[in-house]
Amino acid sequence: MTTLQSNLLENHTPTGREEAWRFTPLKRLAGLHDGSAKPEARNSLTLNGTAQSGVSFTRGAVTAASASEDAIVNRIRNYTSDGAILAIDKNVVVDAPIFLNRSCGGVDTAELSRVQIRLGEHSKATVILENTGDTHLAEDLEIILAPGSDLTFISLQEWGSKAVYAATHNAIIDRDATFKAIHVTVGGDVVRLLPKVEFVGPGASADLQGVYFATAGQFFEHRMHVDHAVPRAKSNVNYKGALAGDKAHTVWIGDVYIRAAAEGTDTYELNRNLLLTDGARADSVPNLEIETGEIVGAGHASTTGRFDDEQLFYLMSRGIQEADARRLVVRGFFNEVIALIGNEEIQERLMTRIDDELEKAGK
Amino acid sequence: MSTLEIRGLKVTVDTEQGVKEILKGVDLTIKSGETHAIMGPNGSGKSTLAYSIAGHPKYTIAGGTVTLDGADVLEMSVDERAKAGLFLAMQYPVEVPGVSVSNFLRTAATALRGEAPKLREWVGEVKSAMEGLKMDPSFAQRNVNEGFSGGEKKRHEIMQLELLKPKFAILDETDSGLDVDALRIVSEGVVRAKEANNLGVLLITHYTRILRYIQPDFVHVFAAGKVVEQGGPELAEKLEANGYAEYVGA
Ligand SMILES: Nc1ncnc2c1ncn2[C@@H]1O[C@H](COP(=O)(O)OP(=O)(O)OP(=O)(O)O)[C@@H](O)[C@H]1O
Ligand SMILES: [Mg+2]
Repeated sequence: MTTLQSNLLENHTPTGREEAWRFTPLKRLAGLHDGSAKPEARNSLTLNGTAQSGVSFTRGAVTAASASEDAIVNRIRNYTSDGAILAIDKNVVVDAPIFLNRSCGGVDTAELSRVQIRLGEHSKATVILENTGDTHLAEDLEIILAPGSDLTFISLQEWGSKAVYAATHNAIIDRDATFKAIHVTVGGDVVRLLPKVEFVGPGASADLQGVYFATAGQFFEHRMHVDHAVPRAKSNVNYKGALAGDKAHTVWIGDVYIRAAAEGTDTYELNRNLLLTDGARADSVPNLEIETGEIVGAGHASTTGRFDDEQLFYLMSRGIQEADARRLVVRGFFNEVIALIGNEEIQERLMTRIDDELEKAGK
Repeated sequence: MSTLEIRGLKVTVDTEQGVKEILKGVDLTIKSGETHAIMGPNGSGKSTLAYSIAGHPKYTIAGGTVTLDGADVLEMSVDERAKAGLFLAMQYPVEVPGVSVSNFLRTAATALRGEAPKLREWVGEVKSAMEGLKMDPSFAQRNVNEGFSGGEKKRHEIMQLELLKPKFAILDETDSGLDVDALRIVSEGVVRAKEANNLGVLLITHYTRILRYIQPDFVHVFAAGKVVEQGGPELAEKLEANGYAEYVGA
């Protein structure tokens, strides 16, 4: 058995010794992983506005589209407190973004939520999931892309400081479909987010973009798993993280698995971390496992660096005071990904949040 | 009328082999409107002098003073020096990813002027500064120095000089890497800034060509960390012909 497979095999309560759990502070997970959390039906996921024709948002039971051996996903599937399905019919093109909102929460009980986003053949949409407030939430979110469909999925973790969020976002991507994801994590006490991609038809593409900014005491983990099981799929992963303050801790894991059948695969993954202060820790582990030589390309890179004093000096030499110069550089670092959101209001809101976090962290 | 005065300036850097003294007592006085050229061999400490005046954290001041109209420049933070009226056009301008030229310029102008420039006037100012240096307007949307060619970076430095209107500018090899046309365009920018603001210029160069466009009042020969000779423009011609042999290792 390969390491990447063993990362998934954990049909039991995690102890922290497993590869997939070795970084996660289990004690701070609010019992989401071991069944001690007290579930409550909250139906906290809502659709903003009304759905246009060809789009439906319904609550109720969800039938899994994928197998899972993840401990938290299995708990959710055994005891689902609530479920919701967003479906876009085939050939429907939705121009304006569809906003999903998750705000009402609470930290005395936990929500175990299942969500499916389904795109019919040749449909096209942008879905923006906005997460705010304090909650304990375990989320099993499946994204099902029928052949030729096109989804941009933006998940914004603007949680309050007490939130504990453990989620799997699993995209199952069929022939010639296009999937773009942008994950932004700027709030919460503990965030453990597993963006996954399963290619089930050839010729599809997945682009996973992400940013995270952790300040003192926050733990943010983003753990990709991209499974190239079929020929000619393309994947790209680009995550950028910044850390400031004592015991800020981020984890980025990029598992890319190219199976023997996946000829013509083209994949690249990149993680860059910016350490703004001492006392913060960024773990970054790219993993590439290749079972066929018949590929177009496979690469990865990971860098973790300190703040660039030359940039700071250049800006300050033009009269910009230090705090403003740092803000500019940090905004600049994140801008590459944030600008992809394509919504000025959200981009400015996120940048302002990043400014505020930076200010709180001091220097 | 302002005066930038450098007296007995000694500067060291920390190296793996220990502390290394690079500037060994530099004396230089520049007044508004004057142009001083500094010429000297590679490694003699010219950029060190420029960076030390601007306050780069890599350099340690081991002695001497730098004052601007009597105010202690060495006590100031880097941004305070810019606010006091100093500007450094760098030999190797720094790339700042994700920060657009337009955002950068406006932030700098706001900091230096104490208030945000009025949008309409500002747009006009930037447009004419870019036109003056024959920079395509698309540069405003690009990230600061990112992917700029060597010559484009230098034009961008002088564009900032014109927009930010300092009292004194240190130009560290602004002419290096410029083609003949760019050299003229950039030089004209410096001359415009001189005429508009009675700018004092400290011009570090290896070549006399730029001095035909920006005529120096004084030429200083820099070797082994200090000024070893001073003269008028004719000194530059002599250096071009004879090199630095008589000043180094002699
Ligand atoms: N970190 C360092 N370690 C060792 N030597 C250093 C360090 N930093 C600077 N120096 C030395 O300081 C000296 C002066 O450098 P500086 O860049 O000021 O020269 P310069 O006169 O501008 O040269 P050029 O004409 O090539 O631009 C050089 O010999 C350089 O190698
Ligand atoms: Mg130099």
